[in-house]
Amino acid sequence: MKKIIEGKAYVLGNDIDTDQIIPAEHLVYSLSDPEERKNYGRYALSGVPAAGAGLPGGGQPFVKEGQTESEYRIIVGGRNFGCGSSREHAPACLEIAGIEAVVAESYARIFYRNSVDGGFFIPFETPAPLTEEIKTGDALRIDVDAGTLTHLPSGKIWTLKSLGEVIEIIQAGDIFEYARKTGMIPG
Amino acid sequence: MGMTITEKILAAHAGAATVKPGDNIWVDVDVLMTHDVCGPGTIGIFKKQFGEHAKVWDREKVVIIPDHFVFTADPHAKRNLEILRDFVSEQQLPYFYDAGTDNYKGVCHIALAQEGHNRPGEILFGTDSHTCTSGAFGMFSTGIGNTDAAFILGTGKLWVKVPETMRFEFKGTFPPYIMAKDILLQVIGDIGVDGATYRAMEWAGDAVMKFSMEERMTLCNMAIEAGGKSAIIEADQVTKDYVQKRTDKPFKVYHSDADAAYFLKKIYNADEMQPVVAKPHSPDNKALVSEVSDVKIDRSYIGSCTGGKVADFRAAAEIMQGRKVKVDTFIVPATREVEADLHKEKIGGKTLAEIFVEAGASLGEPSCAACLGGPKDTFGRTNDKEVVVSTTNRNFPGRMGSKQSQVYLASPYTAAASALTGRITDPREFLN
Repeated sequence: MKKIIEGKAYVLGNDIDTDQIIPAEHLVYSLSDPEERKNYGRYALSGVPAAGAGLPGGGQPFVKEGQTESEYRIIVGGRNFGCGSSREHAPACLEIAGIEAVVAESYARIFYRNSVDGGFFIPFETPAPLTEEIKTGDALRIDVDAGTLTHLPSGKIWTLKSLGEVIEIIQAGDIFEYARKTGMIPG
Repeated sequence: MGMTITEKILAAHAGAATVKPGDNIWVDVDVLMTHDVCGPGTIGIFKKQFGEHAKVWDREKVVIIPDHFVFTADPHAKRNLEILRDFVSEQQLPYFYDAGTDNYKGVCHIALAQEGHNRPGEILFGTDSHTCTSGAFGMFSTGIGNTDAAFILGTGKLWVKVPETMRFEFKGTFPPYIMAKDILLQVIGDIGVDGATYRAMEWAGDAVMKFSMEERMTLCNMAIEAGGKSAIIEADQVTKDYVQKRTDKPFKVYHSDADAAYFLKKIYNADEMQPVVAKPHSPDNKALVSEVSDVKIDRSYIGSCTGGKVADFRAAAEIMQGRKVKVDTFIVPATREVEADLHKEKIGGKTLAEIFVEAGASLGEPSCAACLGGPKDTFGRTNDKEVVVSTTNRNFPGRMGSKQSQVYLASPYTAAASALTGRITDPREFLN
């Protein structure tokens, strides 16, 4: 697990559902084939309506036309991020596009659980909404052990909510590594 | 302190005498369900983690139901069905309802019920967020991702955080023009799309217990649209009659204790409920049907796990019989059994299917179809700026295909009445 996550922010609003994260028509690609899975990067967040894409003016694509990786590393979201379907293609597509952390005010539980158990990225929660304080493209730094988020242009630091009990799964890597560490499944 | 049904089921499956909300526990799984969209990914993770030749923990407990992208020419979707077939044959799984065979069923949540896989007191996980539907049978059921499903395939276990329970009680009798969908949209509108996040929604009250199993499934189906982890309705004679017709397996009925602790208890007067819709683009964007009766529609869609059961079509046919639709109307039975019932059940001497065809509606094959958009050739998919009234469960931007389309979620009564007028219409305009 990375201790420091640094990169550009991509900002989204409230209730970003899994159909916006990865529209159902794209759920047909293999997640295990190294070439085919790149399609998930290509179409990550392609369902977000233009007005909400990277707020506040909108119209900022998460992944540029024809590419499979995003220039952004950290998503800053509002309330109820990842609501909707249980499709693990949602956290997977964000990871495939290059996302290393999502920082949101709150999450829908299946998305949160999938992010942790699958080891795609760390879903951090913020005590207060940050979607108006951070702009798409701003450089951010997350100190995982300290639990802080730094807005590099201004130097402003926010404390993230504790990861609680799931930290053990996050530190292990995913639910399988956690189960091996605890002896539930053979190493 | 007593326990709720949900807490009792979780405790029994964790080998604990009691559990309380917030406890992280490992539970033994009774049924794992997957389908064509998440099955291939689940199988890939299972093989990577447990080995190319690993066997599933219990072949009797795995149920595979292709339903999402079945009637499409999409080559990737076809390839995914082949991955399921190979896995089923390699693992010798007895419960596989394969597309393109006589054993094909249709939408997983309804097929689970109809094929006897829903049993009171059990724990069922599925790689689909609407797995909460099975809670209608007094069981714990919830949606999970591929990773968790692969973990279950290998171990038969999963960790669960015991949810707090919210209880929604309806006293009295629902008016005859009210369906479970109205109740649910009302409640989601009241608590919001994250109003039940991490919690179990327990439906209760004499009005709810008068509902058929189909209407109870509608009620539980959309717990996820309020963020809920699960939904549950105590099993009663209605449940037992339904289950015992479909399986010989034993089951256990749990009841919530009178002194169980609830996060919230909300009591509604059933007699006062009104037909409601959820306006675009969120299931909690509630309005009374009477408040949006000036909204013109381009299409009416009646189908899906939540709105494509025979009770839903009986209601739609009651309104559509002897009348003509004014907009494109799509009828999508959830399963083959529902489809067969459309050709058997009659109102006024005509089958439900005849009523729909004579009214000018189009009948599709049983599957998830346009409820979630899907490949471009999906039946009923929106491809432009259509305004749709739909009995499905989500109206997120682009959910039914096109990001420009607008979806109003409504009961089958309302969707049928609206099909006849071309605007969102209160079913009372047609019901006596």
